[in-house]
Amino acid sequence: MTAQLRPSLAACPACVAAPHDSAEQAPTEARLALSLPGIHCQACISAVERELSAHPGIHSARVNLTLKRALIEAEPDLRAADLIPVLESIGYEAHELDLAALAATQNDKAGRDLLMRLAVAFFASMNVMLLSVSVWSGASDATRDMFHWISAAITFPAIIFAAQPFFANAWTALRVGRLNMDVPIVLALVLALATSLWETSLSGEHAYFDAALTLTFFLLAGRYLDYRTRAVARSAAEELAALEVPRAIRLLDGDEYEVPVADLAIGDLILVRPGGRMPVDGEIIEGRSELDRSLLTGETLPVFAEPGLAVSAGEVNLTGPLTIRATAVGEDTSLHRMTDLVAIAESGRSRYTSLADSAAKLYAPGVHILSALAFAGWYLYTFDLRMALNIAAAVLIITCPCALGLAVPAVTTAASGRLFKRGMLIKHATALERLAEVDTVVFDKTGTLTAGAPQVTNLGDHARGDLEIALALAEGSSHPLSVALTRAARTAGVKPAGVQDITEVPGYGAEGLFRGQRVRLGRAAWVGAEQDSQTAAWLDSGSGEAQAFLFTDALRPGAAEAVQALKDAGKDVLLISGDSTGAVEDLAGRLGIAKWVAEALPADKSARVQMLTEQGKKVLMVGDGLNDTAALAAAHVSISPASALDAARVASDIVLLGQDLSPIAEACAVAQKATRRIRENFRIATLYNVIAVPLAIAGLATPLIAALAMSTSSITVSLNALRLR
Amino acid sequence: MSVLAYLIPISLILGSVGLAAFFYTLRSNQYDDPEGDSRRILSDEWDDKPKP
Repeated sequence: MTAQLRPSLAACPACVAAPHDSAEQAPTEARLALSLPGIHCQACISAVERELSAHPGIHSARVNLTLKRALIEAEPDLRAADLIPVLESIGYEAHELDLAALAATQNDKAGRDLLMRLAVAFFASMNVMLLSVSVWSGASDATRDMFHWISAAITFPAIIFAAQPFFANAWTALRVGRLNMDVPIVLALVLALATSLWETSLSGEHAYFDAALTLTFFLLAGRYLDYRTRAVARSAAEELAALEVPRAIRLLDGDEYEVPVADLAIGDLILVRPGGRMPVDGEIIEGRSELDRSLLTGETLPVFAEPGLAVSAGEVNLTGPLTIRATAVGEDTSLHRMTDLVAIAESGRSRYTSLADSAAKLYAPGVHILSALAFAGWYLYTFDLRMALNIAAAVLIITCPCALGLAVPAVTTAASGRLFKRGMLIKHATALERLAEVDTVVFDKTGTLTAGAPQVTNLGDHARGDLEIALALAEGSSHPLSVALTRAARTAGVKPAGVQDITEVPGYGAEGLFRGQRVRLGRAAWVGAEQDSQTAAWLDSGSGEAQAFLFTDALRPGAAEAVQALKDAGKDVLLISGDSTGAVEDLAGRLGIAKWVAEALPADKSARVQMLTEQGKKVLMVGDGLNDTAALAAAHVSISPASALDAARVASDIVLLGQDLSPIAEACAVAQKATRRIRENFRIATLYNVIAVPLAIAGLATPLIAALAMSTSSITVSLNALRLR
Repeated sequence: MSVLAYLIPISLILGSVGLAAFFYTLRSNQYDDPEGDSRRILSDEWDDKPKP
């Protein structure tokens, strides 16, 4: 867990001295960011920086190994696309990052702020502790008073600065008439400082300055851990979003211009190359191709595209270049309208109360009542206001939730760190707790359980001669089915036949001449065959019937293991897909999933998830497409793979970074273990209170006992959390 | 005990120097790339003179 959040602008003192601010204002400079997933050592840093600095037009380049990124300042006309081949030629994979999408973590003010307060609390508490130890070991009279006064002089400014987050939180809670964990904290701090100052001015024996400071320090440490865990996840999630640089090619008087998607307007002509994603909703006005709609609908069968067809943002163009006229841009596209559905579904989830919240609800009133009772009891017994107030303050300090404040963040940090190493990104604060409760798992098919890459299933059914012709035709095309066919045939040792004049007809297939005969490989209707529900490419070899090459979607690595492990753990596994019945039934059979639903519309998916929820099930939804987003948001907890659409990733609590699905089952186990640790931590913290509180109420507590109880409970809780790693 | 009159201010001043140094490193982004920085010391580039 060494990941830090801010991309480095200047990480060495020498660069700080350089006026890099002016570079941002000057129009002669552009800033680019590249993601370099492959770098891992010193040699990589030097090689990349040397190569980039030597490239014409680059003013400076700096690699950040922690974030695996390079930040480049260059001439404004230099584009990241020019630099990627340069780095790939020296063996480093590089992707462009959208700096605008990274902006949120660029200046991490909140984290820096917390760290500064933490440092002040640490400095002050160590100094005061030094003085307190002298007092506890026997300093008396004038020396003790002097030490107390010095402690007070250090403590007051330090607390006023360092404990501000608690003051602010407590005030917001009190203003709306609620109690949270921060209210007893603030009350304890204020009461401790007030009584200690009063005691000091009367040359009293006990002052709790050190306790107030260590309390602040431990609580700030908990806050910082909590913040860091979420910030690391957030910055990794943002990097995923930044990898999809929103650019489109606008056609203007026959010329092509690369423009940001945000600049597109209704009526613009946009060129979408094969393999590209539709940036906006529109209508095809030129070109023929096939469209992959699986991210929107879950269908694996490509759709034929010709002028006049309406397309939606998010669909992928497969074969030929298409020119579309934009009919809806930005917020109006169907991609964005989906987010409204998500917003509605999400309101249900915010009702979840975390373990920390429910602990605070029990704890805060209890502490206040206890300390008020101690005050009232002692005041009525002795009529000594000073003594009663001192005891009330001691009760508040000793019960103060040092360990409770650390109990949850220490465990979630350890668990998130462990899952992060296995390629899972925990985005939501309470995601782990919710994951631990899951008893039903709903999978989407296309792109989630399957990799979205087709595989030939019936290669052996064809004659050698036909295979050779098919290979020759397939090799010239970049259509996913052709690519899969080529790979399968090559692996089987097939050599291409001598087919001449091969031309690709976008949207239909490829054709050529073989021994004077016209041969075709492509869509069913084009070669004169009947279309059926399974994905297929048809071959017309010029003699006899057209033959079908059937394809099935390859399973994602780890899909079978994940399903099996989840079933072994006693969870219900369901498959809900928008794809055709045949394809879904086949996959469910292969994975051994008994319950499946096919041809589900997006609304069906979320309705089913909601129905399961109403039956009292805790649903984990795993999905990647736009058609899953509403279901992802409606589920108790949700996971999406990194290849998912941005909208789906935003809607889910956990993002799977790798291709492998098997960490899902492990995540459930880790989450259960983490929740158990959190409960254990609460019990440990309570146990310390059970021992120390009677002492405090009896008036036997000294600052030394308070300091010991506080430190040991905090340290035990942190150590217990570390057992998760 | 008059030695305390020197020792306590000295300890406080030394501590605040450390705190100020931490603030300086924090403000100048020195914790942005802990992994990279720990490896950069192994590089022999710019060993003769500082990077311009």
